Amino acid sequence: MADVYILGIDMTRFGRYPDRTFAQLGGEAALMALDDCGLGARDVQIMYCGTVFGAYEMTGQAIMREIGQTGIPVTNIVNACASGASAFREAWLAVKSGVYNVALAVGVEKTPRGMLGGGAETGIPLEGLFGSASMPAVFAESGTEHAAKYGTTFAQFAKVSVKNHHHSTMNPKSFYQMETPLEQVMGAEMIAYPNTKLMCSVNVDGAAAAVLVSERKARELGLSRAIRVRASALQSDPWNPSNPMMPDVNTVTRLAAKSAYEQAGIGPEDVSLVELHDCFATAELLHYENLGLCGEGQAGEFIDAGETTLGGKVPVNVSGGLLSKGHPLGATGIANMYEVSLHLRGEAGARQVEGAKIGLTHVVGLGTASAVHVLEKA
Amino acid sequence: MAQPETGPIAAKPHIKFDPDGKPFIEAHRCRACGAVTADARLACPACASRDGFDAFRVKQTGKLIAYSIVKRSYPGIATPFVSAIAAFDGGLALKANLVGVGFEPEAIAPNIEVRLTFNEALGRTDAEGRAYVGYQFEPQKS
Repeated sequence: MADVYILGIDMTRFGRYPDRTFAQLGGEAALMALDDCGLGARDVQIMYCGTVFGAYEMTGQAIMREIGQTGIPVTNIVNACASGASAFREAWLAVKSGVYNVALAVGVEKTPRGMLGGGAETGIPLEGLFGSASMPAVFAESGTEHAAKYGTTFAQFAKVSVKNHHHSTMNPKSFYQMETPLEQVMGAEMIAYPNTKLMCSVNVDGAAAAVLVSERKARELGLSRAIRVRASALQSDPWNPSNPMMPDVNTVTRLAAKSAYEQAGIGPEDVSLVELHDCFATAELLHYENLGLCGEGQAGEFIDAGETTLGGKVPVNVSGGLLSKGHPLGATGIANMYEVSLHLRGEAGARQVEGAKIGLTHVVGLGTASAVHVLEKA
Repeated sequence: MAQPETGPIAAKPHIKFDPDGKPFIEAHRCRACGAVTADARLACPACASRDGFDAFRVKQTGKLIAYSIVKRSYPGIATPFVSAIAAFDGGLALKANLVGVGFEPEAIAPNIEVRLTFNEALGRTDAEGRAYVGYQFEPQKS
């Protein structure tokens, strides 16, 4: 089957937009992505919208009311923090199948303040009685599981935040732009050991969008800035004896990575940069191993050696990541692809990964979904 | 045995009561592959078999898998507490507070042996003022 290309892609700056609606934010990103490739709403044949907190509001159709109600099929996708990447994948499938030539994928979120997580409680509150269902604690537990196996330290987890906050000082679309030395990260308010406040992703609002086109359409419009989608993988969590008490973000990521590497016909050693799901600093280290960037149990040494910092062997989250750029749940997946596309096009400015040829994006939606995409300059 | 007509209520559906009112944990084992789940499913999540499940009483000894020392939780929830996941001998992983270890990471050894004990759900009562039964993990005495 012919390849699918990203022809236009963009994102709003991530931040706090209390006076703007889901549709306004998503619509802005959609128009930016269309402008990026010189197309208009009338060229779009099918649209998918990924959002979590806007899922009950028919946000995709509301975005079309902002940018042009052309009557095309619109589907809203909710898949926790994998919602944006899942919407992108549906758009990819629509074009890959040959049914459509131009598809639009939008990820948008207005994220509530405070700690996410928990669930419906009946009778009495269960939080603090049966441990914690808060996201900082849940991902802290994934980290201490790794620490119990391999001796990973608090300082090694904290270095993830030092690195990602450093990267975001070079990203004007990031929510934070500030250096956070190791002592500051480790000394920040402890939320759920080993995650301090600076090791938790920021709840922000924002949107990202991509225009996907068929190979025929890409050749017709020009390939000079096109990005080839080499792989699109989405998996759900397989059986694990600790489920569902402990969500397994590892196995699902490994399944998605394996599928993506096979589709692309490449290995981790071929990847120039990675945008992965650093919802908490503890999570990033696990995914170095899950994505095959380093060997089993070596994630701690890998960050100690600076291999994932800009200039290292495989820079990870040069955008600042979810920790610093921010994590508007439904927008995150496509924002990751925007970052990788910038580097593949050589348009990433001060944080440009030199000679970037192939980039990988990864998200995890707890409950649990994982999406991995491999992108390459056309 | 069903919920006793009087007395405390199970704070989780897998907490069951002996005829004399003593709580225990009930889990389900797949008749085809032996996978263990707290609640019975329509089919086995591990092997997809529809052969059904056998209910069994979960052993109260197990091993810590992971933990987090929670210093900030949702509004109104007292901290600190240690959130932990443990795997119990013979099958079933559960999540609860780990007590008796303090709140310093250096004092919490990885993979320590734990015992599941029942508690009064921190004295929490529902809107009708009814009491509940919960459980927690404690380090096993060596």
